[in-house]
Amino acid sequence: MTDIGILLIKIVLALVWFLVLTLYLTWAERKESAVIQDRIGANRASIFGIRILGLFQPFADAIKMIFKEDFVPVFSRKFLHTLAPFLSFFFVAITIAAIPFGDDIRIAGKTISLQIFDANIGLLFVLAMLSLGIYGIILSGWASNNRFALLGSIRGAAQLISYEVALGLSLVGLIMVYPSLRLSEIVRAQGSLLLGFFPAWGVFLQPLGFIIFLFAALAETKRVPFDLPEGESEIIGFFAEYGGLKWGLFMMTDFMEIIIVSALLTTLFFGGWQVPWLSTAGFEFPWGWKWHLGPWLVTALEVAAFNIKVFIFCWLQILIRWTYPRLRYDQLMDLGWKLLVPLSLLNILGTAIVMSL
Amino acid sequence: MLKALGYFIELLKGTGITARHFVVNMWFHTVNLVGIKTKRKGAVTIQYPEQKKELAARHRSLHRLMKREDGKPRCVACMLCATVCPAECIYIEAAEDPDLEIQKYPSIFVIDLKRCCFCGFCVEACPEDAIRMDTAKIDLAQTTPEDLVFGLDKLLK
Repeated sequence: MTDIGILLIKIVLALVWFLVLTLYLTWAERKESAVIQDRIGANRASIFGIRILGLFQPFADAIKMIFKEDFVPVFSRKFLHTLAPFLSFFFVAITIAAIPFGDDIRIAGKTISLQIFDANIGLLFVLAMLSLGIYGIILSGWASNNRFALLGSIRGAAQLISYEVALGLSLVGLIMVYPSLRLSEIVRAQGSLLLGFFPAWGVFLQPLGFIIFLFAALAETKRVPFDLPEGESEIIGFFAEYGGLKWGLFMMTDFMEIIIVSALLTTLFFGGWQVPWLSTAGFEFPWGWKWHLGPWLVTALEVAAFNIKVFIFCWLQILIRWTYPRLRYDQLMDLGWKLLVPLSLLNILGTAIVMSL
Repeated sequence: MLKALGYFIELLKGTGITARHFVVNMWFHTVNLVGIKTKRKGAVTIQYPEQKKELAARHRSLHRLMKREDGKPRCVACMLCATVCPAECIYIEAAEDPDLEIQKYPSIFVIDLKRCCFCGFCVEACPEDAIRMDTAKIDLAQTTPEDLVFGLDKLLK
């Protein structure tokens, strides 16, 4: 009974973290793009005249979206049209279950892992759910019964097969180095030290794998420079027939994918919740210093470290989105099949050779 | 493969430019938020209703009619402004003034701002320097079209 209670608490906390971060990522995106372009950005939304840098903007947007008309075109397949955004949203939202937020904590003799679903196929689970998200897009294009929306979703499907192979293959080297698919074990393995002083993070052991995964994961988020399914600037995308809250779900899915990709990059390549030289007893610096910390402080530091790493990657992805133009269709195919896939195969080969030495 | 490496270096350069903009602008934003005044600001934005841009000395804004010392309009209803107006937005009706020095004055002087294109020809044409466009009033939007028709009472203010 208490186990189920703990699980429910964990689910609620993780989802709240996820959704609040998603809401504020929309604000952060507007602000960051503004700062990049020497502007100020959304700062007018206020409650009783108080406007703290426009921090109420996400709520204003949400209220606007809720009160918009829920428009369903007469020529669409109504059930599928309604189902598509929820599918899209669901498959992204469920991936948060496999992300480890911190080390195990002990309360009253019970060991609680800060992870909802610690499966031994955690990595495969996340990748599978992210890939299933494409069903929402294909379904939305199909159910809209609009040829432009359908073309958009077909572009999305074609984009999926050109980066998904590289996305999976780039992680094979990583799985060989930390021989596990369990995300918590991958993170624990990154806590060890290389040569006695250097944190054994994935990015130092698999730099090529990290770059390939970064490219493929950017394509996974379906934003500029890989926003072929949507193409909001000129070509018409898969949610042409959506409005109001359903469109909002698609948009939220985009932002949630940014967070999930950031969390994955953190977990796989930047040590997850690991802080360099921090163990359960406190800091143990390689030059001999020791700094004892209480278990709660250690946990707080670890969760904070995870969050900071995720924020940095969210920042990086927004920066990339506001820097590059969109890749042309054939350029994306070229990048996926001719560059990323051979490079990831090379990465696997190189890792195998180094490990067998 | 080598070509792709070249692209990759250019990608990094491009990201560097936007990241530099972000860092520099964020630095000035933070410094200004703390309260230190700097010459350069983090953004070039002018927050319009609160902050206003300084108008140029020759900026043409809402018209006004000049007055004589006794408060009567300087206008002698010569119709030069109404004639030169390319938008035909000025309507004048003249009346006789008992003062022989003046002889005529406008009993009705209407500028239809719906039509006015703010070219300033009326100001240049006026021989009496009776009409000027230097009120620095530029927020002229109204809720009804009638409010945009300015008569003598508004123009003389």
